[in-house]
Parts: sequence; C-alpha cells; structure tokens
Amino acid sequence: MHLVVCVKQVLDPEMSPRDFAVDPVARRPIAGRAPLVISTFDEIALEVALQLREAVGGGTVTALTLGPRSADEVLRKAMAMQADRAVRIDPGGLGEGDAFVTASALAEAIRRKLSPFDVVLCGRQAGDTDGGQVGPMLAEALGLPMVANALRVRPGPDGSLHVERETEEGTEVVEVRPPVLLTATNAESNVPRIPKVKDVMAAHRKPIEVMAPSELGLAGEGLPARTAVEALEVPQQSRQCRMVEGDSLEERVESLVAALLELKVL
Amino acid sequence: MSVLAVVVAPQGRSPSGWAELMGAASTVARLTGEPVEALVAGADGPSLEALARDLWRRGADRVWRLASDGLTEPDPDRYVAALAWAAGRLEPTTLLINGDPLGAQLGPRLAMRIGAASVTEVVDVRPGEQGRPGWVRPMYGGKAMAVVGSRQARTVVNVRPRAFAAPAARSGEPPADALVSLELDAGALPAPRLRVLERRTAASDGVRLEDARIIVSGGRGMGGPEGFQVLQQLAEVLGGAVGASRAAVDAGWVPGHLQIGQTGKMVAPDLYLAVGISGASQHLAGISGARHVVAINKDPEAPIFRAAEIGLAEDWRKVLPSLIERLAQALGRAPGSRAS
Repeated sequence: MHLVVCVKQVLDPEMSPRDFAVDPVARRPIAGRAPLVISTFDEIALEVALQLREAVGGGTVTALTLGPRSADEVLRKAMAMQADRAVRIDPGGLGEGDAFVTASALAEAIRRKLSPFDVVLCGRQAGDTDGGQVGPMLAEALGLPMVANALRVRPGPDGSLHVERETEEGTEVVEVRPPVLLTATNAESNVPRIPKVKDVMAAHRKPIEVMAPSELGLAGEGLPARTAVEALEVPQQSRQCRMVEGDSLEERVESLVAALLELKVL
Repeated sequence: MSVLAVVVAPQGRSPSGWAELMGAASTVARLTGEPVEALVAGADGPSLEALARDLWRRGADRVWRLASDGLTEPDPDRYVAALAWAAGRLEPTTLLINGDPLGAQLGPRLAMRIGAASVTEVVDVRPGEQGRPGWVRPMYGGKAMAVVGSRQARTVVNVRPRAFAAPAARSGEPPADALVSLELDAGALPAPRLRVLERRTAASDGVRLEDARIIVSGGRGMGGPEGFQVLQQLAEVLGGAVGASRAAVDAGWVPGHLQIGQTGKMVAPDLYLAVGISGASQHLAGISGARHVVAINKDPEAPIFRAAEIGLAEDWRKVLPSLIERLAQALGRAPGSRAS
C-alpha cells in the first residue's frame, strides 16, 4: 500500500501575537525569530498514515511538500517519524502561488512521479493560511473520492478502507475504495508520535528527491494563481478586560455574578 | 451576472446559518451592483419549498430550486456535480456557500471543477482591486486579517457561518416568476463512492456549538474529564452548551466535535465563558465572533484576559461550585434540573 502525505512548512502557529508582525508591502508575515515548523494537521495526517501502514503490516509512506530548500526540514521530520520516502517540489518558476497552484503542482507530482498510490492524505487546513482548500482541490484534480476530517483508517474487507471521521455531531465510519483522498483532523487517537533520537539522526542521512516544476509540466505561464492577497494587516486589539475584585472569594463570586447579569444575555 | 447564495439542504432540512448567508449575499450585491439570487439544492419536499420562500423573504430576487432524490444524503461528490451543473446554467459571478463541514469541502472542489477562484473563511467584504470585491478573512490563527481578491471571472466564496447579519425579512408571498425549479437530469449525478457504515452521535443536549447563544468552555486548566462535569452543570444553569480548547481534546477529556478554535469550530455566541483556558491565539481565533467573553483563570497573566471583557483570576475549583449555586438562585433554575 502506497500512502502519500502532503506536508507544508509554516510559521510556528504557536507564536505569540505580541511577536507577530507583517510586512504590509510584501503582504507577508515577518518571520523574525519564530521557527518554521510542520503544519499541525499535516503532522496528524502523517500519524494517521503511519498507523494505517502499521495496521496493514507494510507499505510505503511518502512525504511530499511544495516549498523552498528550507522545507527539507519538514521532510526530515517526516522521515524521523518513519516515513519511507521524501519528495520536494521546488517552487522556482511557480510565482506567488495560491492554493490552486499548490494543489495543481501536488497533483502533477502524484500523478507523474508517485503513482500508483492508494491514499493521499492532507491536513484539514494549513497552520498559516487556515484555508482548508488544498485537500478538496487535490481530490478534484486527481478525480478521487474524499473523506474529510479523518481520525483513523483501518483496512476493510475486499481491499476497502474504513475511515473513522469526525462529524458535526460525533463520529462516523465510512467505507471507501482506494485510491482516495483523506484530510485529517486531531483526536486522542492520532497525537503525533515523538521520533526517537536515533531516527532523527538517521533522517539527516536519508535522501530527499527534488523535482522542478518543468519536470512536472508546470513551468512558465501555465499555472497562474487564481487569487491574490491584496492586503495583510494586524488587527488592533481594542478590548479592555475588567478584572473582578473583592476582599474575599465570596465577594469576588458575587461581583462576577453581578457582572454576568449586567451583560443582559442570561 | 449575479451574486448567488448557495444553500445545500440534504434530507430537505434547513441548514443553520442560511439567513446570515443571505446577509452576505446582499452585502456583496450592494458592492457590485448585481442582483441577489439564491440556489437551494437538496431532497425534494415541502421543507425545501418552504426554504425557497424563506430565501426570497430574506432578499433573494430569484430563488432557484434544485430538488432531487439523489441529493438526500450529504454526499459531496453528488453535490459538487449538482452545483457545477447549476453554475453552468445560471452563470453567477460569485457563489457564496456557508463554510460548515460540508460547505467547506464543496467550495474549493466546485471552484476547481468549474475553473473558478476559491476563497474561504470569509468574514467581511470591502471594495478590492480591479473594481471587484475584496474578501476579508483572518489568517495566521487570527493574528492577521487579509484581503483576498479573485483573478478569475467566477469566484466561489466560503463564508464563515454567521459572520454576516441576517437581513430583515420581508412579508408577503413571492411573485410567480421569483421561484424557479431547475430540472436536473438524474444521470448527471455520479454513483456514490462513500458508504457510511456506522454513525456515532455523541451524547449531547442538542444545542450545536455553532448555534449556541451561551457557551461554557474549558481548557487544560480543567485537569481532567471530571472538571468538564462541573462545567456541564454550569452550562445547564445558564442554558448553554459546553465547548473545549484543543488541549482538552488532545488530552482525551472531551470528544473532538466540542473543540473551539482555529483548529476546531468557529463560534459566535452572545456569551463565551472561558474556564481554565490560557488563550492560545488559535483558540482566540475561534471566538472572535463572540459578543461577550468572560474568563476565569488562575493565572492573571493568561492571554485569555486580553480577549475578555470581564475576568476573574482565580482557580476554577474554588469559584465554580458557588458560582453555579449563585447563578441558579439568580436565574431561578436549579442545577441539574434538566436531568431530572
């Protein structure tokens, strides 16, 4: 079984708003000292894939990213978690890009270089743009059925897969035949494993395959972005918090009750 | 040339947030000078008919009704096919779809299929470049706001549910030509590729977090599932729903569908009471639509207090029992009364 997991390198989502600033002309955040990390849900997608490989008792997990050389770090992280193979599409020549460009590039890499495959996994949304677009667009581009918000996947009868997914009211189990695209979301069952030190070391010695857009038939003007960020700004925080006070705990609880009733929403 | 609000109604049920979606459509149409239309797609029946009338009352100049037995299940493959077919017939410049779990999948897929641009998580609109709408949406976990412009003739926009105000309803009955049925060839819908084997609906009191007027939410500071039982009592007294931060979900104390934040649900209650939640920016991103935020946290430096308007720096274990009792008295409700 061949599992392809799409991963993205993002500015650390845990970075404090106090340290966050944007370059309004470039319409990009100023990275400063904040680390670049693997996008949260992509790491979960990787964990879901690794668990499926274990449940099947074999197979290949390929980590795929679109990004500059610095993005090799997220691929090394994936290999440290025991992904078998790492592929990076270099974005040189693809311009500013957007979710459409990303999905199209990933689709071409999967179709031309990573086939045959059984499952493509993506995080449900990126930890920087929060768009949630690449998974559904990739499913469309590859003509695959899609199961959103997957928590866990197990082999089913006759080559099918059973996908446990989160719904608005709880969970459900969906049966689907590969090839399929899944987007992953977090649960107790898929908290990403922490790699062993020896695997982290070994990951640095493993090869990363790099593909140019021209190898994927994507060079030149063929793939213009369909959207553009026209402005990016940090919103002003205007709210002032009134701290409830009082000499005793009882008084403070009493003041809180009064303050809650004053809101006139109860 | 129109702004088209797209409402998908599997099982014929009115999905939540349709009226607010009409608010978004009206706002966009005022900006572009185009007519407002609505498309309602779902299982045929009287409720779909009623929904079509409601969409007219909330400002649609024309409502297209796409009814098919093939749309009874919320199957994304079938809905994408149906909407792509309808988009080809109606030729709207902008299609607006609520960003609920089904809509969030349909938007980008539909855009891909019909060669349109896709914009998601939209909370506002303003004049953008090239005389076209500038779609306002949070990015970077709410730490920044972006204006995104489309570079295609047609744009599919996922609106964050309830981000826009619902327009006032007009009275009366729609004129005969305002409600139009579209006849979808049954062969246009693909065979289902997904089969639901089992549905597990978590025990809940029926209030969906997205619809709740009052939410009592707990985080890492709750210390375990027992803490959430206390929160449940508080929620019952207030007539609200219980939510959680990501830390509480990852710890396995509550199920994932209760998670609020950038990585969970986006909520817009009248009152959001955060207990034992530090206030990571990804959590705050999910409550930016709340009217009032009140926080209880033992750490007076917790970032949640920067997002709250009322705060109490105290351990919830000391506060909640007496708070529940006092609120029950003040509101004339007994704690746990609903369970009996």
